[in-house]
Amino acid sequence: MELGLFLALFGAALATFLAGIGSSIGVGKAGVAAAGVLAEDPSLFSKVLILMLLPATQGIYGLLVAFLILQGVGIIGGGGADVSNLEGLLYLAASLPIAASGLFSAIHQGKCSVAGIHTVAKKPDTMGKALIIPAMVETYAILALLISILAINGIGALGI
Amino acid sequence: MSKKDFTYAVSRIRMKENLLFSAKTIDRLIAAPDYDSLVRTLAELGYGSDKDDKEQDIISLEQKKLWSLMGELTDDMDVFNVFRIQNDFHNIKASVKALYTNTSPESMFVSGGTVSPQKLYDAAKKRDYSDVAPEFAEALDEALNTILKTGDGQLCDIIVDKACLNAVFEIGEKSDVKAIKDYAEVFVASSNIKIAFRGAKLNKSRDFFSKALSRSVFDNDKLSIAAAKGTDEICDYLSTTKFKDATEFIKKSMSAFEKWCDDFLINNMKPQKSEPFSAGPLVAYIIAKLNEIKSVRLILVAKLNGLDDSKINERIREMYV
Repeated sequence: MELGLFLALFGAALATFLAGIGSSIGVGKAGVAAAGVLAEDPSLFSKVLILMLLPATQGIYGLLVAFLILQGVGIIGGGGADVSNLEGLLYLAASLPIAASGLFSAIHQGKCSVAGIHTVAKKPDTMGKALIIPAMVETYAILALLISILAINGIGALGI
Repeated sequence: MSKKDFTYAVSRIRMKENLLFSAKTIDRLIAAPDYDSLVRTLAELGYGSDKDDKEQDIISLEQKKLWSLMGELTDDMDVFNVFRIQNDFHNIKASVKALYTNTSPESMFVSGGTVSPQKLYDAAKKRDYSDVAPEFAEALDEALNTILKTGDGQLCDIIVDKACLNAVFEIGEKSDVKAIKDYAEVFVASSNIKIAFRGAKLNKSRDFFSKALSRSVFDNDKLSIAAAKGTDEICDYLSTTKFKDATEFIKKSMSAFEKWCDDFLINNMKPQKSEPFSAGPLVAYIIAKLNEIKSVRLILVAKLNGLDDSKINERIREMYV
C-alpha cells in the first residue's frame, strides 16, 4: 500500500513539477520580450500581457491533474483510500502525458509568444493573428491534459 | 561567438525599426524644396538635437545615438566588434601618422573602438605592444616601420587597411551570427574589389595586389592576376563568383558599385526581421541605420549643392523597412 501511494504521489508531483517548469520558462522568455516592448511603448501592455501569459496554462493543467490524483488516492478529501502498487503505478502513468507535454509545449509556446510579441511591436493591429500562432501550440497541451484526466477517471472504474 | 540570449534587446529593436526611414520617407526628404526645409523635416523625424544643427552635427549625432542605444540594449558590446574594430584601425593610422609628423593625434582619433585610442598611441610611441591585441600590435609595428623607413603614408594606409580587413573577416569567420558573417563577407569582398579596380586603373603590378588584398571569399591569386591584367579581367573573374551581379555596376562607376554592395547587404539582412533571439536583428538594425544615415547625408550634401533630385535618387540606398 505504501509503495502504491508513493507512486501516485510521485505522479502528482511530476505533473505539477514538469508542467510548472515548462510554464515558468515559457512565461519567463515571453516576459523578457514583453519588458523590451514596454520599455519603448507602455501603451501596448494589455496586448503583450495576453501573449506573455499563454504559456502559463500548462502549469495550471499540471496542477489540475495533480489535484485529481491526490483526490483519487484520498490525500485530498479524506477517506485514505487503499492504493495498491498497480493502482499507484497507473496514476503515475496517467500523470505522464501532461507532465511531458506540459514541459515541452510551454517552452515552445514561450518562444512562439516572443515572436508574437515582436509582431505586435511592429504592427499592433495584427494582435489577433499574433495570438493564434502560439495558441496552436496549446492544442497539444490540451490533448495531453485530456488523456491524463480520462486515465485518472478510468483508474477508479477498473476496480483494482 | 555568442550564445547569449538577446530577446529583450530584439524586442526593443523591433519598436525602433518602426522609426527607420522607409522609401516613402526618403522620397519626402528628396522632395524638400531646399536645405533648410530638409533640416526642419529631419528634425521632425527625430534627427539632430534641438539646437541649430549643421550637416556634420546631424550625422555624427545620429551615429552617437545609434551606439548609445546599442550600449543600452546589451552589456556585451563585443558582439559589435565587427564594426568597432574598424575604428581601432583608423586610430592606428592616426597614431602612426601623428608619431611620424610629431603632432598631437587627439583631433584625428575616433571614438567607439574596442580599445582606447590613447592606448594604441602609447603602445606605438613606446614600441611596447604588450598591452594591445596581437592584430593591433602587428599592424602598428609594420605601419610604423614602413612610414619611418619610406615616409610613404599611402603604403602605411594599405598595410593598416589590409590588417583591418583581415580582422573583420576573421570575426565573421568565427561568429555564429549569420548577420555578422554576411556583413564581414560583403564588407571585405567589396573592399577587395575596390582595391583591385582602383589598382588596375593605375596599372599596379601583381606584387602590389598580393600585398594589398586581404583574406576574403575570393581566391587572391586569381584576383591579383586578373587585376594586374586590367579591369575587364577583374569582371571576368568576378563573374565566376557570387559577386557576379556586381560587374554590371562596377563597370558603370564606383558609386554605383558601392550602392549595389549596400543594397546587396541590406537584402541579406532582411531575414533578420523574423529572428527573435540572436544578435542578428541588432546587427541588421545597425547596418540599416548606417545605410539610412548615409542616404540622409547624401541628400543633405546634394541639397546644399543644389544637385538635381534624379541624381540623388540614383545614389539612394535600398531601405531595410
